[in-house]
Amino acid sequence: MSSHTDNDPLEELKKTSTGVENKKLAMWAFLASDCMFFGTLISTHLIYRKVYPDVEDVIDIFDIELTGFSTFILLMSSFLMALSVSAAHKNNLPSMRWCLGGTIFFGLIFLGCQVYEFQHFVFDKDLTLSSSIFGSTFFVLTGTHGVHVALGIFWLGSWLIYSFTDRYKRENALDVEVAGLYWHFVDVVWIIIFTVVYLVEYIEF
Amino acid sequence: MSSHHSPDSAAAHSEPTGLWHRPLKKTGWVGFLTTVDHKKIGIAYALGALFFLLVGGVEALIIRLQLMVPENELISARLYNQLFTMHGTTMIFLAVMPLSAAFFNYIMPLQIGARDVAFPRMNALGLWCFLLGGILINMSWFFDQGAPAIGWFAYAPLTDRQFSPDIGTDFWIMGLQILGIASLVGAFNFITTILNMRAPGLSMMRLPVFTWMTLITSFLIILAFPAITIALVELMFDRHFGTYFFNVDGGGKPILWQHLFWIFGHPEVYILILPAMGIISEVIPVFSRKTLFGYPLIIFSGAVIGFLGFAVWSHHMFTTGLGIVATTAFAFLTMLIAIPTGVKIFNWIGTMWGGRLRFTTPMLYAVGFIWMFMMGGFTGIMHSSPPVDAQQQDTYFVVAHFHYVLIGGSIFALLCGIHYWFPKVSGRIMDETWGKINFYTVFVGFNIAFFPMHILGMTGMPRRTHTYKEEMGWAEPNFWATIGALMLGFGILSCIIQMIYSYYKGAKSPNDPWGGRTLEWATASPPKEYNFAYTPVIHARDQVWEDRHGTPEKRMDKIAPDPEHGIHMPDQSWWPLITSFGIFFACLGIVFFRYEFTFFGSLSYTNGIGLLVVGLVVTLVGIVKWALEGPGGYHLYPDAEDMEEIRQSQSKN
Repeated sequence: MSSHTDNDPLEELKKTSTGVENKKLAMWAFLASDCMFFGTLISTHLIYRKVYPDVEDVIDIFDIELTGFSTFILLMSSFLMALSVSAAHKNNLPSMRWCLGGTIFFGLIFLGCQVYEFQHFVFDKDLTLSSSIFGSTFFVLTGTHGVHVALGIFWLGSWLIYSFTDRYKRENALDVEVAGLYWHFVDVVWIIIFTVVYLVEYIEF
Repeated sequence: MSSHHSPDSAAAHSEPTGLWHRPLKKTGWVGFLTTVDHKKIGIAYALGALFFLLVGGVEALIIRLQLMVPENELISARLYNQLFTMHGTTMIFLAVMPLSAAFFNYIMPLQIGARDVAFPRMNALGLWCFLLGGILINMSWFFDQGAPAIGWFAYAPLTDRQFSPDIGTDFWIMGLQILGIASLVGAFNFITTILNMRAPGLSMMRLPVFTWMTLITSFLIILAFPAITIALVELMFDRHFGTYFFNVDGGGKPILWQHLFWIFGHPEVYILILPAMGIISEVIPVFSRKTLFGYPLIIFSGAVIGFLGFAVWSHHMFTTGLGIVATTAFAFLTMLIAIPTGVKIFNWIGTMWGGRLRFTTPMLYAVGFIWMFMMGGFTGIMHSSPPVDAQQQDTYFVVAHFHYVLIGGSIFALLCGIHYWFPKVSGRIMDETWGKINFYTVFVGFNIAFFPMHILGMTGMPRRTHTYKEEMGWAEPNFWATIGALMLGFGILSCIIQMIYSYYKGAKSPNDPWGGRTLEWATASPPKEYNFAYTPVIHARDQVWEDRHGTPEKRMDKIAPDPEHGIHMPDQSWWPLITSFGIFFACLGIVFFRYEFTFFGSLSYTNGIGLLVVGLVVTLVGIVKWALEGPGGYHLYPDAEDMEEIRQSQSKN
């Protein structure tokens, strides 16, 4: 036992056949799977967009300035997430807490924008789940992404609270990193959704 | 076996974890419900799968009895539809997949020299989700309109609220979602375990083939299941919230369901057959007393089959009018898959060629597998040609094809695996004479049941028809098919009875009754809780065979555990079970979302949302407590017998 305690516990976790920590490898496998979840949803949306190009006046419904702003905020949250992971690995807890808090705050802004957007679409633009096929695919796709963001906020928030307890240990930096992988992934998926669901609508052929 | 808690874990044990203290009891109900031991979980998977195999078998026999004579009135057309829906769903998701998962759980960690899987509690979650998902689907039988009648493929628009207003369809949708969670968490776990927890020296190209096929199957699961999960979410939204994904009224395209379903559905058939191929690749070398012929080719072929499996889904849809280019491409890719499959067949034959064959029961099933799977494969190649397929679509020829690959393939291989690894799991051996009688009953019954279906299909008998007219001339083959099905059912039942008998009364087996080649045969039968007292250091592909017959420099090294530290074992936990119940109730809430319970004729009650919220809260609490509890762990010390074995091996080297 004594021989183990001298080493860096984070390095101990890397003593696997591949040199990658178990939790990180499982998270990568999950993200591969999650790619297919979003791939199916995005495909559904794009297929129906192509089949029924004129089902809704999409440019009239969208508010690209707001969505552009929330996209930028989510992108910046990923930047803060990277700083949190870096601070966690350096065991710089105060810095990690500030960066995690910032990530969560930006995530909440993004979610707030989405909630505003949804209620705006439903009440002002009459776009609902059952108003048209566009409404069905749009809300289920972006709603699924919103659920991912909400779960991510909950997850990061848990680590923020946990880091104030004396149960937080050196090796928990890996857990923050794994949560960060998830957060970056959710962000990347949003970049794709923002491009193929929102931006391409503004291309004039 | 002596067990001590090291100071740090003892502190963790005394710490209260909320409502319960961490369960420590290893026996009885608490031990069973909180277990994280991959061996116990594997056995539980097998028992659940065998139970559902019998349920699905009874459903099949009722179908066959209905078709035994023309214009039979045994069951109604609707019940017939429900039976073939539940037969397909049960056999695929509740029998063959979990039986494969049972082997993944029990055998794979032993084959790589690991003490457990990477995430033992997640493994328990997979088990409970499988059992509760199976229960949820079968609960539909007890509600007013009974089980779903939509086929296991659930084609739109039949599944629309308008055409299937029954709650059975909702049970089916949510039951499959829970089973999807079970398969996915299992697959993440197996991928991590195989890649990360191999014994020292066990490189990827030394892995036993069964472990390789577990890895490939797990990748297929994580990449294929999302398609059906999302398709089911979309279908659920259509039924509950009035979206138009597959609803023609609002412009939905039913063909989209077919695409999404088969993007999952075709890799799924490889999820069913690749573990079977892995088992066969283990058994044939052992009973041929030769190394597996063309090991790298078998691995590579398995990977190619898995990869191409994602590119052939539309061959299930040739008659929907995909257009010439798509049809040609999918036909070509489908034919291409025959090549790696053929490579495997030739490698198995090559392994047997010139070997000193022993026709034990597992070997009989293995050879039966090769033959029967080839017959199913040949009809498969026939289907890959679109004009031929157009003739065979929705006839009994297709039924014959996939029962040849799924019974003659998967089930034969799984029975082979049961007979082969039974001594490892139970410490007792199954009787050879009874095993052979059972094999010939299953083999003959299976062929009498399904061979006539080729002829029925060729003469035009459609699938999913609950009766037929005498003038069609289908009476005789149908009669024989039913006789064969009864014989097959009798054979399978007899196998299961023999298993139960052998578990209690069978002859004691040595640790390695077959002359095995892979690592699981190096340890005790049944393996001790810690699997291996030592850390095995691997120097060869067939390590156990090399230990016995090979050169000294290829013998396995055994590293004894640290005498102070001992062997680290994961702690038991209640939270996987509680989390799975949360998921179960949440899904039940969605099923009951629009359902009105009526009590005493007048009092009606709807509270799907309440149940959903309760389920989600329980799930969330389960996950948070799970995380706070941590993996825990305690330390075990190998007994004197094991230490003696390690000392002997070290003095020999």
